[in-house]
Amino acid sequence: MRDETIPVPGIGRIPDPRPTDTPAHGDLTPELIATAWWTDDMVERAGIPIVEVPFVSVGGGIGSFVTVDYLRICGVPTSAIKVFTQLNSPWESYEYLTRVSQIPRDEVLRSDSASTPDNIWGFPSYAVRQAFGAKSLRKFVEPLFQVLVEPIFTDYFTPKAGQAFTTMEKEHDRIGYAECVVRGQVRMVRRRVNGGYFTTLTPPEGAAPTARIAFRSRFVHVAVGYPGLKFLPDLQRYREEHRDFGTVVNAYEPHEQIYQRLRAQPGTVLVRGGGIVASRVLQRLMDDRANHGLQTRIEHVFRTFIRKAHGPHVWMRRKGSDGWAYQGFNYPKSVWGGQLKYRVRKLEGQDRADLYKIFGGTNTPKRKLWQKQMAQGRREGWYVPFQGEIDSMVPGPGGSVNVKLDTERGIQERQYIAVIDCTGLEADIREHRMLADLLDHGGAGRNPLGRLDVEPNFEVRGTRSEPGRMYASGSATLGGYFPGVDTFLGLQIAAQEIADDLAKQGFCKKLGVARSTSQWLKWARGKRI
Amino acid sequence: MNGRIQTRIFLLVVVGGVWTLLITPILPGVTDLAGGYRSTFIILLTVIVLGIGWEFVYHFLQQFRWEKDWPTFFGLITAVNEGALVWLLLELEVIPGSPKVTLAGFLVMFITVWLVVWLVANGPMRVPFIRWRFRGGRLV
Repeated sequence: MRDETIPVPGIGRIPDPRPTDTPAHGDLTPELIATAWWTDDMVERAGIPIVEVPFVSVGGGIGSFVTVDYLRICGVPTSAIKVFTQLNSPWESYEYLTRVSQIPRDEVLRSDSASTPDNIWGFPSYAVRQAFGAKSLRKFVEPLFQVLVEPIFTDYFTPKAGQAFTTMEKEHDRIGYAECVVRGQVRMVRRRVNGGYFTTLTPPEGAAPTARIAFRSRFVHVAVGYPGLKFLPDLQRYREEHRDFGTVVNAYEPHEQIYQRLRAQPGTVLVRGGGIVASRVLQRLMDDRANHGLQTRIEHVFRTFIRKAHGPHVWMRRKGSDGWAYQGFNYPKSVWGGQLKYRVRKLEGQDRADLYKIFGGTNTPKRKLWQKQMAQGRREGWYVPFQGEIDSMVPGPGGSVNVKLDTERGIQERQYIAVIDCTGLEADIREHRMLADLLDHGGAGRNPLGRLDVEPNFEVRGTRSEPGRMYASGSATLGGYFPGVDTFLGLQIAAQEIADDLAKQGFCKKLGVARSTSQWLKWARGKRI
Repeated sequence: MNGRIQTRIFLLVVVGGVWTLLITPILPGVTDLAGGYRSTFIILLTVIVLGIGWEFVYHFLQQFRWEKDWPTFFGLITAVNEGALVWLLLELEVIPGSPKVTLAGFLVMFITVWLVVWLVANGPMRVPFIRWRFRGGRLV
């Protein structure tokens, strides 16, 4: 049976030895697997080599990257940091997901100009840097004017994906990030009886003499990203029953074949979802239509069809029309440092979950180009948005798919050349083996949204092993005291809180006015640290 | 809002203060330096004091915004209402210390101070104060 999780780089499971096996030398023993708190002796008995390092970060994506960046700027040497990862670069998995969901390097992300993972200060912003790198006066003025009048007279300025990746690469080299990286998969983090943690790493086959290596550290940082993206059950059922993986796809899978097919043969395609991915997929379909003179018809199904501004009361009303809820970024802007940040920080339990629900929900930015394309499509009749849900799907003639839709006008049966599902169902954190282990043996718990529960300073609640601390950032911690964790800026805010907490414990220097300014000057000169 | 008021006071005092110090001697209509400085600094102080009141108005207006933010452009354009009010009070001669400036002098001073403060707030401020933007502009 095909896995129900959408494959992304860096996620794959290396199996544990079966209990009936005689454990290989240097592998996990039943004793280790069953014990929450490990002693040095237990690990040595298993023949697992122990490596001492003060700080480890598990994940190796952008979350690890911005945290290590912060610590390096706070004076921590590369020798004191290890990053465990299966990725080839911190942005590999992110770039993969953006690319397949139709944001290649020369298209724009949905990210603010000052959310710069390569620069902890956010100055100069992407817009300013783009302006000063311009070769004509017009190209110089454009981004600056845009950040000046956004979002009132124009769309928000958003950087191109390529700009984010190339600048991150530069910072990656500047801080000597590669020196911190250790390849392999983390199986679990367990607390150590005399303080700190053991992180067990499974190195790539043949890379080490033992099956596992245990890293003994005082601090652990967990940034493993999305626990997994799942296919919706109806899509999963169709694919399994009919062994058809090419006509009904999720937008986070490579699905170039659908665009190719539409170029070869006109047809109607069904798009599902009301988020940014749906917007991007529509743009691709409409761009192809315009650029190659295609006759593609697009039907677009929204589960919740929004017609106008919506919200609980006049002080909390989000714009919307034609099916969509509009919002510039993943969250209302003041989540990262304004009124909403303060509001959420004070809330616990259900109250917090409720507020998340109000400003969460599927939404997309209202960009001029998209509005224009959709308006043209509606006018000319080749773009039809409607409210409904997919009831069932079966293969149709000639490689098409017959879809039964439950709409406002009752059940409708339609035939499509392809179905592109732009909804993302995020897997439970338990789907990630290391996070499941933290819940079962590490003392970690869940927050009001069911994800990993962290303190306002991003320490994982319940996992303390004095004098050690375990921190977590990124998507696995969504639902905490700070809402924007799964964004570029959110990762930096988490990194700042973590670095400040580590400074209190004497692990790194505090980033005060003088150090911040002098380090910024080094960044500006591109000076290696 | 507390943060916005702190930022406003800090920037107007430090950045606005230095700028006023530099620009006063070359302002149109300034004949004697001591009197000129006295007038420009009283005006700067007036802008600060009135600004605290303005922040309450802006805070109220923000509540109508889904994002609960204050776009960059608003930060620039509010120079118009704030400047107009200060000039009105100058004309009515109700500002203590009765500062004397010409309209041209006032415009040059007010607009340049506003621009410099706005530019610093929208970028360079983040360099020395790295936590500032995540704390709603609070400095302490």
